[in-house]
Amino acid sequence: MSLTTYVEAIRQGIWEEMEKDDRVFVLGEDVGIYGGAFKVTAGMLERFGEWRVIDTPISESGIVGAAIGAALMGMRPVAEMQFADFISCAFDQITNFAAKCRYRWGAGVPIVVRGPSGGGVHGGPFHSQNPEMYFVHTPGLKVVCPSTAYDAKGLIKSAIRDPDPVIYFEHKFLYRRVKEDLPSDDFVVPIGKAAIRRNGSDISVITYGAMVYIALDAAKELEKEGIDLEVLDLRSLLPFDKEAVLESVKKTNKVILLHEDTQIGGFAGELAAIISEEAFEYLDGPIRRITAPNTPVPYSPPLEEFFLPKISDVVRVARELYAY
Amino acid sequence: MAETKVIMPQMGESIFEGTITKWLKKKGERVERDEPLFEISTDKIDTEIPAPAAGVLQDILVKEGQTVQINTVVAVIGDGSTKPAAEGAKEPTQPEPPKEVKGPAPVAGPTAEAEKTSPEPAARSRPSPSEEEIRSSPLVRRIAKEHNIDLSALAGKGTGIDGRITKTDILSYIEQPGKAAPAAPRKPEEPARGPKAPPVPPTPAPMKFTGDVERVPLTAMRKAIAEHMVMSRKTSAHVTTFFEVDCSRILKAKEKQQAEFERSSARLTVTPFFVQAAANALKRFPVVNSSLEGDTIVYKRPINIGIAVNLEWGLIVPVIKNADEKNLFGLAKALNELGDRARNKKLTPDDVKDGTFTITNPGQYGGLIGTPIINQPQVAIMGMGGIKKRAVVIDDAIAIRPIIVLSLSFDHRVIDGATADQFMADVQKQLENWTV
Repeated sequence: MSLTTYVEAIRQGIWEEMEKDDRVFVLGEDVGIYGGAFKVTAGMLERFGEWRVIDTPISESGIVGAAIGAALMGMRPVAEMQFADFISCAFDQITNFAAKCRYRWGAGVPIVVRGPSGGGVHGGPFHSQNPEMYFVHTPGLKVVCPSTAYDAKGLIKSAIRDPDPVIYFEHKFLYRRVKEDLPSDDFVVPIGKAAIRRNGSDISVITYGAMVYIALDAAKELEKEGIDLEVLDLRSLLPFDKEAVLESVKKTNKVILLHEDTQIGGFAGELAAIISEEAFEYLDGPIRRITAPNTPVPYSPPLEEFFLPKISDVVRVARELYAY
Repeated sequence: MAETKVIMPQMGESIFEGTITKWLKKKGERVERDEPLFEISTDKIDTEIPAPAAGVLQDILVKEGQTVQINTVVAVIGDGSTKPAAEGAKEPTQPEPPKEVKGPAPVAGPTAEAEKTSPEPAARSRPSPSEEEIRSSPLVRRIAKEHNIDLSALAGKGTGIDGRITKTDILSYIEQPGKAAPAAPRKPEEPARGPKAPPVPPTPAPMKFTGDVERVPLTAMRKAIAEHMVMSRKTSAHVTTFFEVDCSRILKAKEKQQAEFERSSARLTVTPFFVQAAANALKRFPVVNSSLEGDTIVYKRPINIGIAVNLEWGLIVPVIKNADEKNLFGLAKALNELGDRARNKKLTPDDVKDGTFTITNPGQYGGLIGTPIINQPQVAIMGMGGIKKRAVVIDDAIAIRPIIVLSLSFDHRVIDGATADQFMADVQKQLENWTV
């Protein structure tokens, strides 16, 4: 039995899809000879050749534009953003073209745009962001944020097979810190399905990405006090698993919404609205959010530590909510 | 057995509580009907309350310094045959309808108007827990509805923050044997809601410090003043105008009439002159005798002038009703009487009601003049400075004249500066040309 890291799981997922389907190819900055900044595409150039592993100029707009064109011509491109922060350079291609292509012309754009997001690695304001909400706000896209190696592999495969554009946010803090034994069969994780990471009865913590682990660690601490957290990992943000969210809220009656993204316009706000619209009569306390503050991600390690939601934040808010 | 319950009277509309500042009789002491029994302090007035019946003061239920809601029983007067304490203690703060008071109870009886504004004083002062007051959550309310539970059955039993009824509370309530059935009867209330935290007595003692800082809660009167002043500042657009008035003629008139007044045992001060001048001017400038209600200016025919009286324990504004109908003698008498009653805590609610204009006297300790705050809902207040001899220029000659500075704070929402100054010029002209 060997453990597979999160980053390796992504590599395996792309690799397997490329083996199975020769329409699948990767493109991006340094994905070929160098094997990718985080080695997600390591070895692919040797295995699949330079027609399917394409080093591009430093132009995210160009990368996504080329991917869209190839997709319209029947290919299944997987475009890498070296850091998810720079996806903003391709914003127009993604939101105005890829997202609306099927709606306007009936032509699906089966691209995957993937890249490392998230903080905790002292990357500073341009290498630590969580840009998911720009895309969650765009009808026509799908957005996923895996938190485990299994999901990383299962979701990249689903994303590649999906007939529409999928934005795939990897969490770079998890790349080599999270590992697990993966099944050898050709499994996928469906887009739009959440997973309960911990069953609990007192408070639901609804989260995704690296914050899943903050929630689980907080749950361990709170367990000693008799506070029983349920941890729901959304895995997909667009579409998201509304049924799972409502079911968990109806079970525990108290809810904490936790994400690493900043607060205003974050996914927690959307969830809070849905919960109060559809499960108001199941609430036994206020809906609480734990998020990063509304600032850029600081470079200074102590400031970054302050910025990111912590175990102690979840413990504190859970205690307050439990007592409510 | 003859027993009369003594209640905390309602001392005017919108007053719902009073503080007992002093018991004038001891427990067991004989008391005659209408004999002063205790002193109270409310938002509006301080006064003595007479005994509603003759008998023996059987029990005192509310201690000095305690604030209780109106109609709370504060004492029991018996015929002396019953042992004190035991019986009274059972229903100490239970509110009683006002009709329990035997006899006229001159000061104590709620006025007809007061009754109109609070038809059920008992209900108001001791609300039963309604669903609005019970803190719960959407979930708890849904569970309650599904199980046909009246949440008031759980009042005071919530274990959540601020006594909130939580899911756990209602679920364990349901699990109690026999409780899942329809609404449990409402629990009788605990008497804890009766007397409030004791405020300090209104008569100030010399400050005794126990540390660097002493914290003293506001008296009912101080609190009422504080709230009223801030409310007025927030309500009106205050502007103050100042007028110098030569008092030569009114002082001469005063000197001349003093003896005559004294024969009628009335003290004549300068104040009645200003009241009369103001009353006359108010007739000519009705907007100064008005109020603003929403978008409507309410002009008032009666000219009721309030006079701010400084007391050791605060400030009170008794009102001279229909001041325009009184001559100087009548005004002086009314002023004497109200001032005395205020100082002896004998003002009635009527004495402080329905003022339409106010005069205050910031100069009595030598101040030049002050900028008074309007006494809501009135729209103007006149301040009187101290009268002092000053050098003034008259026809290019310097003369010595007794001068007073008057100020008028007016509400610019309804009164413009021109009107205010015309009003004050009118007052000035009357005073300076007083017929001696």
